[in-house]
Amino acid sequence: MTPLLEVDQLKVEFSTKDGIVHAVDGVSLHIEQGKTLGLVGESGSGKSVTGLTVMGLTRGRGADIVGEARFDGRDLVSMGSDELRTLRGNDVAMIFQDPLSSLHPYYKIGRQLAEAYRTHHPKASRAEARDRSAEMLDLVGISDARARLDAYPHEFSGGMRQRTMIAMALINEPRLLIADEPTTALDVTVQAQILELISRLQDELGMAVIMITHDLGVVAELADDVAVMYAGRIVEYGPTETIFAAPQHPYTWGLLGSIPRLTTPRDEPLLPIPGRPPSLINRPSGCHFHPRCPYVQPSHREIDPMLEPIPGEPGKVACLLTVEERRALWARLRDGATPDEARAAVLGQVAPA
Amino acid sequence: MGRYIIRRLLWVVFLLLVVSAVTFVIFYTLPSGDPAALRAGKSPDPSVIADIRHSLGLDRPVYVQYWLYLKQIVLHFDFGFSYQNSQPVRQQIFERLPATASLAIGAVVVWMLVALPIGVVSAVRSRSIVDRLSMGGALIAISAPVYWLALVALYLFSSDIGVIHIFKGAGSYVPFSDSPSQWFSSLLLPWLVLAASFAAFYARLLRSNLLETLSEDYIRTARAKGLSERTVIWRHAMRSAVTPIVTILGLDIGILLGGTILTETVFNIPGIGRLGYEAIINSDLSVIQGTVLFGAFFIVVANLLVDIAYAFLDPRVTYS
Repeated sequence: MTPLLEVDQLKVEFSTKDGIVHAVDGVSLHIEQGKTLGLVGESGSGKSVTGLTVMGLTRGRGADIVGEARFDGRDLVSMGSDELRTLRGNDVAMIFQDPLSSLHPYYKIGRQLAEAYRTHHPKASRAEARDRSAEMLDLVGISDARARLDAYPHEFSGGMRQRTMIAMALINEPRLLIADEPTTALDVTVQAQILELISRLQDELGMAVIMITHDLGVVAELADDVAVMYAGRIVEYGPTETIFAAPQHPYTWGLLGSIPRLTTPRDEPLLPIPGRPPSLINRPSGCHFHPRCPYVQPSHREIDPMLEPIPGEPGKVACLLTVEERRALWARLRDGATPDEARAAVLGQVAPA
Repeated sequence: MGRYIIRRLLWVVFLLLVVSAVTFVIFYTLPSGDPAALRAGKSPDPSVIADIRHSLGLDRPVYVQYWLYLKQIVLHFDFGFSYQNSQPVRQQIFERLPATASLAIGAVVVWMLVALPIGVVSAVRSRSIVDRLSMGGALIAISAPVYWLALVALYLFSSDIGVIHIFKGAGSYVPFSDSPSQWFSSLLLPWLVLAASFAAFYARLLRSNLLETLSEDYIRTARAKGLSERTVIWRHAMRSAVTPIVTILGLDIGILLGGTILTETVFNIPGIGRLGYEAIINSDLSVIQGTVLFGAFFIVVANLLVDIAYAFLDPRVTYS
């Protein structure tokens, strides 16, 4: 099956007065019709920029974009702006992190929805666009939809605004939805509702979804595949079950270790990943994760790892540890060892090298 | 909304009372001359001055004079008469209002026609050569005082004293009712001069507002919908960017309708500003009072209208 979207060696750089920001650095990923890809990472890992670039929303703004993003065989990166506009909001749609600021404060909900519809259905009458808007609001679970068309965004709650954003994104039945942290700004209870909604609509409309999130819990529930991003690159990529059952990258271990779980005893501390995401202007030498990696070896500061297939597993990983070392480390971490204990047991080192 | 407007109107009345009282007090503590002496002619007899003072009511206590003044305004809409030429102040102001309004409204049209495209282009092509040149030019236009600019413009371009004879010079004002074409040609240079600094200010304001708006999340949403860049800028970004400009525009129009003293004086346009200027020179209190009150009236009313307009421009604003 040919992928619906195939991103190939995508690089996005921004020139700023402090230097060049390497926001996305050689990202390759693919997604098939009807599937969900989870794009996971911390703030500044390049996951949002990847999504925005696929939408063509990083164009201009001093961005230097190389690589390809083939949607249905057509390259979105090299495509002309006019052609891209006919796809944007039509075949490919996006919803954003902050529904509070993503709707125009001065226009009524109905008008904003109808505009999205009529842009890609120029022959549709006002009445048709309004009917369609009401239908969409109803579909995303807003009660009394027709009356709500005349409301302004500030009269809606955060959850309702995100539902409206989803309605607006799906009004033209896109084949690909890019959801950029759609639940981050919402209450936990509303988060679950919105995710359920996206999942239900995905089944109904048969669209593919790229779920951009820092929340592995979201990914575990929704995604078929997961790409873990760090410092503008994919460091681990594979089917969701594999990533959760046998993660290979120390960064993925860190992400998994820092999730609070209902089953974890309350007095057991969470294990945050030490340090901060690196500067994307002056990136660390060698493996970009080495300054934060508990298992770092001297050579890791020199050699830049490639994303390579894992022997005997369906996924790919960019890590300089051997596959045996990684398996042994993960086995100990899974059994409750701390990174220090795991390192001492597997690599025989008391402190990071 | 209704209650809000009534409350604001009461506030307008109160403000005008304060303004008139302050003008009275200033005139009596720091008089620019003795109106009675000025009216009495050259080397008059002291008894003549005393007579005039009595007939003008200037020998009464200040608070009595103020009270009588207010009573006349409230009961008869009568602002007194000029000490200088005995004409009623109300009549003088209304006679001169068309000239001031012509100057003000024309200048507003000119500066908006200039500022809107420059502001939009500078924001959309920010940091480009066009942007840098227009913002540099704007800085010069803002820094140039209007009386200086007016004189330079007259010396360079007026048909009487100018180097190149393009525009009509000072003192050429013709009312619109007499001849629309002459009215237009006589006001062209004053409009350009008065509009220069405003155009620069508005272009800069629009540019910064638009730049800020263009980085908003809802603009990204508009682009994500697949709207054309023109629609994104004109329908989505401009809608938010011009709202604060409408506010300031309302206030500026109010201020200008109260008289553009410098421009009217340099170009010798018989407007309210020039009337006020002459009244100050001649210590003509009732005319000073009248022009100040009129100016204040336009400003507070413009303020009120702008606040009311805001409720229509921004759906998030409600008054209760």
